Amino acid sequence: MSKMTLKTEGDKHVVVTRRFAASPEALYRAHTDPALIQKWMLGPEGWTMPVCINEAKPGGKIRFEWSNGKGQGFHLTGEYLELEPYSRIVHVERMHLPDPTPDNHVETRFDPQGTGTLMTMRMTLPDAKTREAMLATGMEHGMEASYVRLEGIL
Amino acid sequence: MSPTLNLDAAFAALGDPTRRAILARLAKGEATVNELAEPFDLTQPAISQHLRVLEEAGLVASRVEGTKRPRRLEGAGIAAMDEWLAMLRKALEANYRRLDRVLAAIESGKEKK
Repeated sequence: MSKMTLKTEGDKHVVVTRRFAASPEALYRAHTDPALIQKWMLGPEGWTMPVCINEAKPGGKIRFEWSNGKGQGFHLTGEYLELEPYSRIVHVERMHLPDPTPDNHVETRFDPQGTGTLMTMRMTLPDAKTREAMLATGMEHGMEASYVRLEGIL
Repeated sequence: MSPTLNLDAAFAALGDPTRRAILARLAKGEATVNELAEPFDLTQPAISQHLRVLEEAGLVASRVEGTKRPRRLEGAGIAAMDEWLAMLRKALEANYRRLDRVLAAIESGKEKK
């Protein structure tokens, strides 16, 4: 039972949706408070986020650094464009692998739904090629553990 | 060759709207180059070039039938892409399961106030 969807839309978009049993306000805080971000935005088992700079205001800087504790790591930088507490966040981000990937423009919405919240994250890449590259390789670094697990299953 | 080895080529092949349209057509069933060229404003050699990219990526296969070579979707290549997307979903879902716990802590903290 997966509550999440991840799909491509048009030529340049990737849309992720997920339902949460919490208020839009709690979700907004979990996406903007660095101490909370460090508790969940970690990817596969074993990875941590030792550095989390998150200035939640228009023009504010974003810098997330991930580490697997074995000398491997990568980071993401970005800037906030718009923040509407507790319903909408717009930012741009890029991964450094170590070369920066093209900017990913991300709009995150938190809409009340029943007793919970529907989160919709709409990513816009510069072009179709960049989107396919992101899906194919951009998240590879964080995917290693899942990949190893999958290989074990197949 | 294992289709998983062609993932980079497969995603690159999908970065073109004509090739995505060809795949959508083939999802309905086998088709020859002429049949594929019909709905597009493209020459047969142009379609053949797109088909070559899709074949090298492991997404399309062909068979010989007299003088024709009907093309079809290559299930193994499509399945390899599906597996990759499933892994992306899994990593994101791991994040969101942690987020569920963070949110539960926020909401219960609020109730105690």
